[in-house]
Amino acid sequence: MSLAILIGILLVGGLLALLADRWGDGTPRWVSLVTIGVALVYLLTTVADTAPEYFNTTAAIGSDWITYLKLDWIPRFGISFELAMDGLSLLLVILTLLLGLIAVSSSWSEIDFKQGLFQANLLWTLAGVTGVFLAMDLFLFFLFWEVMLIPMYLLIAIWGHENKAYAAMKFFIFTQFSGLLMLLSIVVLAWQASLTNGSYSYSYFDLLGTTLNSNLEFWVMLGFFLAFTVKLPGFPFHTWLPDAHTQAPTAGSVLLAGILLKTGAYGLLRFAIPLFPEASMNFAPIAMSLGAAGVIYGAVLAFAQTDFKRLVAYSSVSHMGFVLLGLYAWNNIALQGAIMQMVAHGVSTAALFMMAGAIQHRLHTRDMRRMGGLWHDAPRMGACALFFAVASLGLPGLGNFVAEFLVLLGLFAVNPWITAIAALGMIGAAIYALWMMQLAFQGKPEELREFGDFGSREMATMATMMIILVCLGMYPQPVLDLAQPVLDSLQKLTPNIEAVVALTQVGVMDQ
Amino acid sequence: MNSLSLIPALPLVSAVLLMIGSARLSKRVVAIFGVGSVGLSALIVASVAQDFLTTGEVQTATLWAWISVANFTPGIAFYIDGLTVVMMSVITGVGFLIHLYSVEFMESDESFARYFSYMNLFVAAMLLLVMADNLLLLYLGWEGVGVCSYLLVGFWYRDPNNGAAARKAFVVTRIGDTAMALGLFLLFTELGTLQIQPLMAAANVQWSGGGTLPVLATALLLGGAVGKSAQLPLHTWLPDAMAGPTPVSALIHAATMVTAGVYLIARTHELFLLAPATMQAIAWLGVATVLLAAFAALAQNDIKRILAYSTISQIGYMFLALGVGAFSAGIFHLMTHAFFKALLFLGAGAVIHCLHHEHNIFKMGGLRTRLPVVFASFLIGSAALAALPFTSGFYSKDSILLAAWALPDIGPILWAGGLLGALITAIYSFRLVFIVFFGEANTEPDKQVGWKIAVPLMVLCVLAAFGGWIGQPLSEVFPATADFHNVAHSVEYIGIAIPLIGLLIAYLVFLGGQLSVSKLTDSSLGKALQNFWRDGWRLDALYHNLLVRPFTGLARLCRNEPVDIFYNSIVSFLRWSHRGLVSLQTGELRWYATTMVFGLLLLVAIMLRNAS
Repeated sequence: MSLAILIGILLVGGLLALLADRWGDGTPRWVSLVTIGVALVYLLTTVADTAPEYFNTTAAIGSDWITYLKLDWIPRFGISFELAMDGLSLLLVILTLLLGLIAVSSSWSEIDFKQGLFQANLLWTLAGVTGVFLAMDLFLFFLFWEVMLIPMYLLIAIWGHENKAYAAMKFFIFTQFSGLLMLLSIVVLAWQASLTNGSYSYSYFDLLGTTLNSNLEFWVMLGFFLAFTVKLPGFPFHTWLPDAHTQAPTAGSVLLAGILLKTGAYGLLRFAIPLFPEASMNFAPIAMSLGAAGVIYGAVLAFAQTDFKRLVAYSSVSHMGFVLLGLYAWNNIALQGAIMQMVAHGVSTAALFMMAGAIQHRLHTRDMRRMGGLWHDAPRMGACALFFAVASLGLPGLGNFVAEFLVLLGLFAVNPWITAIAALGMIGAAIYALWMMQLAFQGKPEELREFGDFGSREMATMATMMIILVCLGMYPQPVLDLAQPVLDSLQKLTPNIEAVVALTQVGVMDQ
Repeated sequence: MNSLSLIPALPLVSAVLLMIGSARLSKRVVAIFGVGSVGLSALIVASVAQDFLTTGEVQTATLWAWISVANFTPGIAFYIDGLTVVMMSVITGVGFLIHLYSVEFMESDESFARYFSYMNLFVAAMLLLVMADNLLLLYLGWEGVGVCSYLLVGFWYRDPNNGAAARKAFVVTRIGDTAMALGLFLLFTELGTLQIQPLMAAANVQWSGGGTLPVLATALLLGGAVGKSAQLPLHTWLPDAMAGPTPVSALIHAATMVTAGVYLIARTHELFLLAPATMQAIAWLGVATVLLAAFAALAQNDIKRILAYSTISQIGYMFLALGVGAFSAGIFHLMTHAFFKALLFLGAGAVIHCLHHEHNIFKMGGLRTRLPVVFASFLIGSAALAALPFTSGFYSKDSILLAAWALPDIGPILWAGGLLGALITAIYSFRLVFIVFFGEANTEPDKQVGWKIAVPLMVLCVLAAFGGWIGQPLSEVFPATADFHNVAHSVEYIGIAIPLIGLLIAYLVFLGGQLSVSKLTDSSLGKALQNFWRDGWRLDALYHNLLVRPFTGLARLCRNEPVDIFYNSIVSFLRWSHRGLVSLQTGELRWYATTMVFGLLLLVAIMLRNAS
């Protein structure tokens, strides 16, 4: 029951925030903050109660879920309200709530109208994302998938910048259209499974191991893959992202980059590959090529941008390419890298978007050609920007490095050539990250510019994220340990894949 | 916490404190933290070294397990053998002197705390690099020093040129680092560990000498080494890196960081010994770099650029030593070079400091009597750089050249190349001394050096002069090198004579005036050659056209998201069909009636046709 309550807290908190508008302008954000705080505390206490067994067992999948809930919903079609949490979901839900707090902090003084509605949408987005990470019934999963979309759309469309209508619509159409393909795939999969099982079920556990003929399996898999890759976003389905990010309010960008993108990665890892192991592995070379293409393409385009937020958005495309690579390499090391990238990128990019928002709030521009020398005006801000820039370029000692190194290390055993191409992204990242520092913070400071440095609220938020990244970089083991049992069981589910992987090892490495 | 972990931890903690408290701390406190942390580290290193010299035991320490996934389990762990002791001593010893020097040099800089924070961070990262027991931790230090180098080259960030130089330094070395990362992937995939000692043991068991895998793996590592140590073809960042404060050039771009590549190869030398092809490539690269950089140094007018090219050239000697298998000689030269090059850079810094930031050597002159301490430093430093007999540089360079000579087949060619390099080195070193310190004074110094500058200079003078007699505890680390005793004495005599000849030429041309090169340099060919060398053999222009312009061109081409052309065309198609359909709905009855009639006619026609 605890998982339903968790989502309930966020939904009700949203309603409260909406109502709180009547009690004064500042109230909704406090409601928001308290709601997320309560949800976080509730989650951690629940986990503390039930988790010890989870971490002590090395049992197979099915028995080692931290908590599990199944209620009948539409029994006629075998649709149930089924939620479950394992280490991976826990990790991502914690990330979601944490970045929720950061999003509230970044919207603190930026949003100046309809604050109640804003905070409500923010909380409902979090509720949707949390649901996505917990739902084990595919129909319910799809429901949450759509639930997180609409409040996000509103966040961009109402509180966005100059070109918000276009960006919001583009975001909506891309995700909605690919979502429909996934719905089609879900229905086909459930129908096919019912032919062998005799009854309808949308439960993940019933659908695992469904055998389809290979032609059908490919198309059904593709429906899932497209929905998740659009969200990730993978090259060439990423073009909604730069527009959405550029136009979204800061909190929207933080949520978008920090957690919404991760639902795509999560979907691939939890559903697309385990449900269709063979089709996925046959498809892996294409997926990995798209991943490598995204890494390079994102890095090149990030360098080409003059808009601070667009640059960060393209760097996301580049970083999420690593996730795609890690997932389809499908070995332990690469998968751990992909999960680490989800967490580390969530934090580092959220911080960069917050930086962009802070600058825009002060200078009323995102154009880096009109910045320059900001270090002089705001040394604390400069130091923060520097930290997250070098995190973004993969400096060892910070979380992003652990992620990218593990992905490439694992990938190398599968395909050295794609690894070599993707590794070029490390050079590209250095180019765009340092170029950003140059344009915005170095160079001659403009005289007569009023530019306030970070205050204590902003510094506290930044410092939190820095500490997280350093911990992830120097002692990533807790995160790795949390994810490891999940990976073990997922990999057990897909024995075929390892055989295929072993075969695809490129011969050049044999002496 | 054992004392080993304190060695990098002290400067690291100091760096963080200085970063956090930069606005609030007084310069005095900053100096105490900045210099004191490195000084304390140096003291601990001294005691570790003392222990090591008496017991000769390798020390190891594991602080915590860093990452543990499947069989990939690198730790935050140290491995201290003779090589590490030498490196740690150089880093903290020379580092301490340069930090002390910086207190006076940077006195009037508004970002005093930021400077010491970066410098401390650099020392911490460099220590991690040499203390690491696995290649991943080494890579952490490796990238860490790279970032510090970036930060310090671009320290004076208001000038965009400094920013460009800093980015160039980072990106060019990153190219090498990427190759190195691929090397690590290959090593782990094939040998199952990145822990250096087990890795080398596994390689010796699993790999046969001269196979493709060892050559490929070592070539990738060499890529990293070439980038970091500014060797051909990735050396172009170093001359530009002189944009940073001069003590930075002394510490990072002369004494320590740029020798990291040499350390990497020496540290993993057992892998390289399995790959003779890579070894030979290292030797050739070394000699080529020695000559290229020496000629470039000859044509420079900026005092720091002369020294920068000289650094590239001297590291070329170290690579030559590694390539011919004389690892001890390479590390020996690394140490002596750290002494005399740090001395020269600090001396140059003192000149610049006292001469209103003047860099052009032709605007100096006559400083011999005006800045006597600096003159003495330059004299000793240049003598060691030129490898005049009995200076530290003489011993190290001599052993490298003899080792090169002793190599069968290509040995004498490498030796001759190195010897030619030594001749040029002597000429450009004393060209610098004679032009800056003798002759007419063109600029009057506006201040004298204080004790914080003078003391480091004097200590380094002693080291540069007598450092050749310091024994290095490397016999356990490297395999014994070939015996040089049967090398003909004439070879040794030539090695001793060449630098003296160079000195003589420099004297005759730049001081005595008996030899005039103006005829040579005034001819069109001479001028062209001089400019060609001054521009570093125009490699920058080559790379600019070959790499930078295509990349920026591609970026400009893609700026507006070419992928969107596809999605936009869908949108355009829908809009177009929308307009087409809308235009049918005119709202006029006549139009509807007409179309209805035509539609009926069409239907009837089709039905009739199907019926018949």
